Amino acid sequence: MSTRTGRRVGVPRGVIRDSPLRPDGVPKLRGEFEYAQDLRAEGMLWAATVRSPHARARVVSIDLGPALAIGGVHACLTAADVPGRATFGLEHADQPVLAGDEVKFWGEPVAVVAAEDDDTARRAAAAVEVRYEELDARTDPEEADDRDEVFRRLSIRRGDQGLHGSVVVEGEYEVGMQDQAPLGTEAGLAIPDGQGGVDLYATSQYVHVDQEQVVASLGLRPDQVRAHPTGIGGAFGAREDVNLHIHLCMLALHTGRPVKMVYHRSESFTGHVHRHPAWLRYRHESDEDGRLVRVEARVMIDGGAYASTTSAVLANACYFAVGPYRSDSVAVDGVGARTNNPPCGAMRGFGAVQVCFAYEAQMDRLAAALEMDPLDLRELNALGTGDPMPTTGQVIETPLPTIEVIRSLQAMPLPEPATMAHHSELPGGSGLTTEPHHVRRGVGYALGLKNLGFSEGSDDYAQARVRLTPDGAVVETAAIEVGQGLVTVLAQIVRSALGISRVDVNHVDTSKIDSAGSTSASRQTQLSGGATLEASVKLRQRVLDRHEGEELDDDGVWKGDELVVSWSVLAEEDWEETVTFRHPPTTGPDENGQGVIHADFAVAGHRAVVDVDTELGLVKVVRVDTAQDVGLALNPQSVRGQIEGGILQGVGLAVMEELVMKDGVILNPTFTDYLLPTILDAPDVEALLIEREGSWGPFGAKGVGEPPTISSTAAVAAAIRAASGKELNRVPIRPQDIALE
Amino acid sequence: MIVELTVNGVPVTARVTNPGSLLDLLRDELGLPGSKNACEQGECGSCSVILDGELVCSCLVMAADAAGSSVTTVEGVSPDDGLHPVQEAMHHAGAVQCGFCTPGIVVAAVDLFARNAHPSSNEIKDALAGNICRCTGYGAIIRALEGVGATDEH
Repeated sequence: MSTRTGRRVGVPRGVIRDSPLRPDGVPKLRGEFEYAQDLRAEGMLWAATVRSPHARARVVSIDLGPALAIGGVHACLTAADVPGRATFGLEHADQPVLAGDEVKFWGEPVAVVAAEDDDTARRAAAAVEVRYEELDARTDPEEADDRDEVFRRLSIRRGDQGLHGSVVVEGEYEVGMQDQAPLGTEAGLAIPDGQGGVDLYATSQYVHVDQEQVVASLGLRPDQVRAHPTGIGGAFGAREDVNLHIHLCMLALHTGRPVKMVYHRSESFTGHVHRHPAWLRYRHESDEDGRLVRVEARVMIDGGAYASTTSAVLANACYFAVGPYRSDSVAVDGVGARTNNPPCGAMRGFGAVQVCFAYEAQMDRLAAALEMDPLDLRELNALGTGDPMPTTGQVIETPLPTIEVIRSLQAMPLPEPATMAHHSELPGGSGLTTEPHHVRRGVGYALGLKNLGFSEGSDDYAQARVRLTPDGAVVETAAIEVGQGLVTVLAQIVRSALGISRVDVNHVDTSKIDSAGSTSASRQTQLSGGATLEASVKLRQRVLDRHEGEELDDDGVWKGDELVVSWSVLAEEDWEETVTFRHPPTTGPDENGQGVIHADFAVAGHRAVVDVDTELGLVKVVRVDTAQDVGLALNPQSVRGQIEGGILQGVGLAVMEELVMKDGVILNPTFTDYLLPTILDAPDVEALLIEREGSWGPFGAKGVGEPPTISSTAAVAAAIRAASGKELNRVPIRPQDIALE
Repeated sequence: MIVELTVNGVPVTARVTNPGSLLDLLRDELGLPGSKNACEQGECGSCSVILDGELVCSCLVMAADAAGSSVTTVEGVSPDDGLHPVQEAMHHAGAVQCGFCTPGIVVAAVDLFARNAHPSSNEIKDALAGNICRCTGYGAIIRALEGVGATDEH
């Protein structure tokens, strides 16, 4: 036993509630961070995809001859070459790896090619001759509903269905199709292992579910496919579904060479799922004092051609159809339609965004009908801890500070009127089209509610391992860092729990650790963070028990003022702890949509201030202030980063972002035509973090990624209504909706 | 064809395929993957480089047209061991999330401070109007660069 006397160094820096520097910050700033786009391997081929030019057609024939005749082309594969399961899918394996007899959406993959370089691969893909017999594209979700072509229906009935209120407002609302538009497009590299297996490095939010789907479609044993977490340029839901993963592995095993593929932006717009467009019909009834008595909603979302996560998105839209408000009587009917539009699936907010736009417009209209202040109406009906969810009846057991959110927004100061001194203050921007006397200011509020973690009885878990090494502690995880800062927060959790300062986070492949689940549903800080905390606590206790110590720090194990084991000796003892963390169990819905459906909830509110050129219909979003229920902010800087980034995506949906569809074809699949908010569109943001103990996340933390995106859209829409006096029942709100309607 | 140019102060000779872009040349031929391709259309600024003193989207410049030019990429603005004040400020402000836009923003900001040591908030926004960031909402980027402008260290 080594001995030394002295004092422990104390609490290390970079623990929870600090905002330590990101470990990947320096390489990202220096351009040295390796993304999937940057991967290379000796002898690597490049791949490209042949895509359907039709939203729906019969595939009559495919002639690969002209492509194979091009020098440097090594393989052209079609549906007939898929060795295992012909289909894939996150919830239902209904989407062909490569289309067989029929293509069902514009851009659907029909064949893939591999060649010596990117240009040759793309020329070969263009040379594949596919004969189609075009069929009528069925793109109307209501007609799909009539034909019973749906992925899911869900009906919720809670409370006395005969209850009615004396004050009634009704409305119909529409939400356009938004794209996640992560800056990095889909990319990957598959490397054959020479023994019939393959290593896959590709853009992903969830490598274990990619691996399962590759295994199934390649007809391999699970141990033959290893999916590796890889550098990724954003996600926002677009990386949950398989796209190029199976194609790359097929080509790598077929050619025996590493194969790389990178989607161009226009392919990315067809190669990943989008936020569901939605059509919403609402009826709110209250008593004379404004207490909600009954809410009726009909929710229609268009899932497009294949299932993806439509059934879960629809369920979320229905469960959160009332928002963070109490109501004694609720009836919600939801439909997730199947059409020949592009498949829709996960995007930040996952169904809660679309309904929030509608129910918050309804709350404002109800306030107007009652001649009440809109925030007073919300406070009167605010859902809180101990209340049953208005839809599912689930009693909310963790803190839900809805009233604090409302009061915080009320207390935040409003900005001064614009001076119009700089063009960035004008709704028309540098085009100088706006006459200042046409500008009207509007203020709008909205609140949103979101579940955290997977719901409806899914076995939601994350595994993490903490090891001690000569250099400190290492967290091993297959959880994906998409940019949110998981690598920072997991290290903070270990520092706080173990008491040491040197911590690394290593992403390991699917063969080295069990699943961490998806980086989605605002869940990784709670789930992978929970596993990391538990592993750290157990490891510390085992170390102290074995060495009869009292404290652990970078020097080793201490008993009183005596260092009883030095770190270097401790690290030789091969300490590791692996924990699988599960959140409280949930259930599926009963026949009335009732049940303990969700693991946790978070509430947020936004106040938007806009200046609107009512003559030209142009909008400048001046400020979006927010109060958000975060449980405990483990890394306040990262939380603020999620809030500001999430708000801007909400602003984008409110005023500019939409995939414009015509007969199943996306008309604007480029960054030139799909408008994304720039720095000149970004509002100032003041964020108030509301911390309440009691969630099951590590140290009481809640997920924070999605709430910023849910009610920011609705708040901006409300502010534009206030400025313009228009109804504005559809987002994104276009200039003509303001100026011409 | 073979082109000669100077990249980050180093003379280089490279084979370019027609119609390759300067971005392709940098990434695929010269082994400088810091400049990113995200839109291929000059909309997002992820591929920003400084070409003979001008900030450009390297995806819009034909590689052959860069012959004889001097190019500075993100790799060239970073000191050998450490960070440029712009990078340092962005690191501390939390202005990096996924990081895919970051090299382009670094190059555009370095170009701004080379021309204007104390830019106003509006000047910062105008200078970065051609760089799309999908993660941060830009707030941390603006705060970082306002901090750079408040000191003379750069």
